[in-house]
Amino acid sequence: MSKVKPRGKVPKKATIDEVIEIKTLIRHPMHSGRMKDKDGKNIPRQIINSFKVDFEGKEIFKMKLEPSISTNPYIAFPYKAKKTGTFNFEWKDDSGNTYTMKRKMTVS
Amino acid sequence: MKTIKMIKISRRNAIALMLGTAGYIMSSGIAFAGKEQVLKRINEITKGKGAKELDIFLDLPEIAENGNQVKVNFEIESEMTKENYIKNVYILADGNPAPDVAKFSFTPDMGMCSATTRIRLSKTQNVVLVAENNKNEYFMTKSKVKVTIGGCGG
Repeated sequence: MSKVKPRGKVPKKATIDEVIEIKTLIRHPMHSGRMKDKDGKNIPRQIINSFKVDFEGKEIFKMKLEPSISTNPYIAFPYKAKKTGTFNFEWKDDSGNTYTMKRKMTVS
Repeated sequence: MKTIKMIKISRRNAIALMLGTAGYIMSSGIAFAGKEQVLKRINEITKGKGAKELDIFLDLPEIAENGNQVKVNFEIESEMTKENYIKNVYILADGNPAPDVAKFSFTPDMGMCSATTRIRLSKTQNVVLVAENNKNEYFMTKSKVKVTIGGCGG
């Protein structure tokens, strides 16, 4: 399995009340539990099942993922810039691993 | 011999055979969610209230060449204030093994209600979007996606 690596794109600067777009991508196989490997054995389910975004400790966006989400889940969503701060991204997978990422944004 | 045997099958036997074959096909094939299950899920989500059909911007390709990566984008018109905002958005699909695809939870901090992701679609099917606002009102829209498998047409 390739290493799970989260990536994200948040504008570094924004003006107040501007609606920005945040894009995230995490490298993950998202095995649905229905695919078979080369030997015909079932690959057990292993997916990212939840995604959460906090801004300065306050939850702004949450998503529940099911096996119908593609490999390397891509998620984009808007956010209305109010103040300078840090976004905290968190992904959780079936085996209990947590992947986190931080991004700063300056609002003027 | 073969022809004689075939003639001997009575109407009753033929019907039994047909039913048996149909049952076998249904039980052996991969089970798909189907429209009933999606309707059941909508009923569960809306707690029996049902969802009002609304013209929501749900952007999906008409024809998806690769069912493994189908981009979904939606935008719901909402003030996104503390008094009036879209709380949850559910994406359901009636041709996948399970009806649920994703659930998005929004907050008024986001300024607008929209999101993009990529989903898997196993065959040509309807993708249903159910939105819930903070007053527990439900809205839905759906879009049909034609999925091409191996370039042969689906």
